[in-house]
Amino acid sequence: MPYRKIMILAEQRGGKIHPISFELLGKGREIANKLGAELSAVILGNNIAREDLMELIYYGADKVYSYNHPVFEYPDVIQYKHNIVKLIQEERPEIFLFGATNFGRSLAPRVAASVKTGLTADCIDLQVDENEELIQIRPAFVGNILAHIKTKTRPIMSTIRYNVMKKNERNSTREGMIVEMKTEIAETKTPRLIGKEGEKKINITDAKIVVAGGRGLGSQEGFKLLKELADLLGGVVGASRVAVDEGWIGKEHQVGFSGNTVKPRLYIACGISGAPQHLAGMKDSEIIVAINSDPSAPIHRIADYSIIGDLYQVVPLMIKEIKAIRGE
Amino acid sequence: MSLKIVVLIKQVPDITRVKFDAERGRIDRSSAEAEINPFDLNALEAAVQVKEKLGGTVVAISMGPQNAAVALRDALARGADEAILLEDNKFAGADTLATSYTLAGAIKKLGNFDIIFCGEKTVDGDTGQVGAEVAEFLQVPHLYYVSKVKEVKEDKIVVVSEMEEASYVVECEFPVLVSVTKDVNKPRLPTLREKLKAMKAEIKIWHAENLTDIINLSNVGYAGSPTVVSKVVVPKEKGREGKVFKEINEGIKVVLEELAKKGLI
Repeated sequence: MPYRKIMILAEQRGGKIHPISFELLGKGREIANKLGAELSAVILGNNIAREDLMELIYYGADKVYSYNHPVFEYPDVIQYKHNIVKLIQEERPEIFLFGATNFGRSLAPRVAASVKTGLTADCIDLQVDENEELIQIRPAFVGNILAHIKTKTRPIMSTIRYNVMKKNERNSTREGMIVEMKTEIAETKTPRLIGKEGEKKINITDAKIVVAGGRGLGSQEGFKLLKELADLLGGVVGASRVAVDEGWIGKEHQVGFSGNTVKPRLYIACGISGAPQHLAGMKDSEIIVAINSDPSAPIHRIADYSIIGDLYQVVPLMIKEIKAIRGE
Repeated sequence: MSLKIVVLIKQVPDITRVKFDAERGRIDRSSAEAEINPFDLNALEAAVQVKEKLGGTVVAISMGPQNAAVALRDALARGADEAILLEDNKFAGADTLATSYTLAGAIKKLGNFDIIFCGEKTVDGDTGQVGAEVAEFLQVPHLYYVSKVKEVKEDKIVVVSEMEEASYVVECEFPVLVSVTKDVNKPRLPTLREKLKAMKAEIKIWHAENLTDIINLSNVGYAGSPTVVSKVVVPKEKGREGKVFKEINEGIKVVLEELAKKGLI
């Protein structure tokens, strides 16, 4: 019986390893231990520092397959796919996990279609059942149902939602092997990067506290008030689709099905009624506070605390009280 | 110059109305009207805009049951020139791999194309995988999370592709598949005249037997799907405190006390 192998893609952007990679290693390690399998991280980049590759081992990898080539500077799906498919054909892993980042969601389907295997999107949990079969759990219908999915072909492939799996404690005494891989260039036409239109400064998916506004804000001005509360709490400002569509705030702040999925410790929803598409993006927040003058708004049904009132009264009072508590 | 543009369309239940049976873990599809997947409307609009600028034809393709012809009629009313429905019991129960394989087969049967537009995902399945898998089966590049079409020429397209850290400007020659987000445009509404015209238009139906020269039927539908749904669970709402305050000062006091306890303020 050949040695069982599990692989994860360690995504890097600008030479820096994306935190999802460590979360994949956390889950991958758990499954590898249950199945008695080897866990490896696959990384494709340009001159990634050896210390950074070692981090993948400290967080759970037994082996790191490292591809080093300038072609990986820009996330080029075709070149990534070409090399990963070759590795899969040579090493025959049983399971291959990708992060459900925009890049991971674009790359994984091409790999899956190329090796003709099943791919499960956007999983929020993976479990091993009593028959040692992998159960992939994912939301569908805007988060209204959870599907349990099994895959008949190998490798079993899944993309895993960011900020859901736990990474292991860093252990700098862990040992592992770094395998330098030879990059093969696909001789085919690929899209070319010709410029950048703005860096995104906020990353709402990583925020511990989100103060979000919706239609009830009534104007762009309202976000200044929310920003004041968010800054006071060390959080970031979020928004519903309506607020973004109205042009009150940028798309990178949008929470919901067609925006970002967030899971902060605290979510304060101000003037947000709670359409299913919005709830799908925030309902797993640890604590939800809803401020809305409409007592029948659906947001109240999933809130821990609902304050029925005008946000333009409630939020300034809240700011004042927080300052008072802190003795400011 | 005449571009050949393909749009991938899926008919889905109206997600804001559809009901879920928690006990049986089932979706009650009869509880809501079917409509075009909202993201596909943006793909269709992008296709029609390219056609209006450079000339060409837009072919809308969907795989689904007979009544999915309704979605295709809507696509015709909104500017598609032709509509093809891939309909066969053999196609039923397909996962993303089998769906993409079948769609790619149909596109091969159409012959050469310049651009395929699709939405970034569907509101029901929500996998966002079919576009990239179709591109792989057709061996063409794909552009993803496209929020803006900057320029289209006779042989190439320039778009803005959204990544978490930045918006990239990317250029690609035809043939290419372009997967768009909701930001790419504002879909037009069909006029009554266009709706009436679409009512009478022909929807081509292709069955499995029409595609056997291109696809292997063991790779389509449930039989050709490597992933299997073993269980569907309607998740219970997380147990929330659910405290409601109609008096705002009291509400603020309790909330801030709780947040202080958790070290959040």
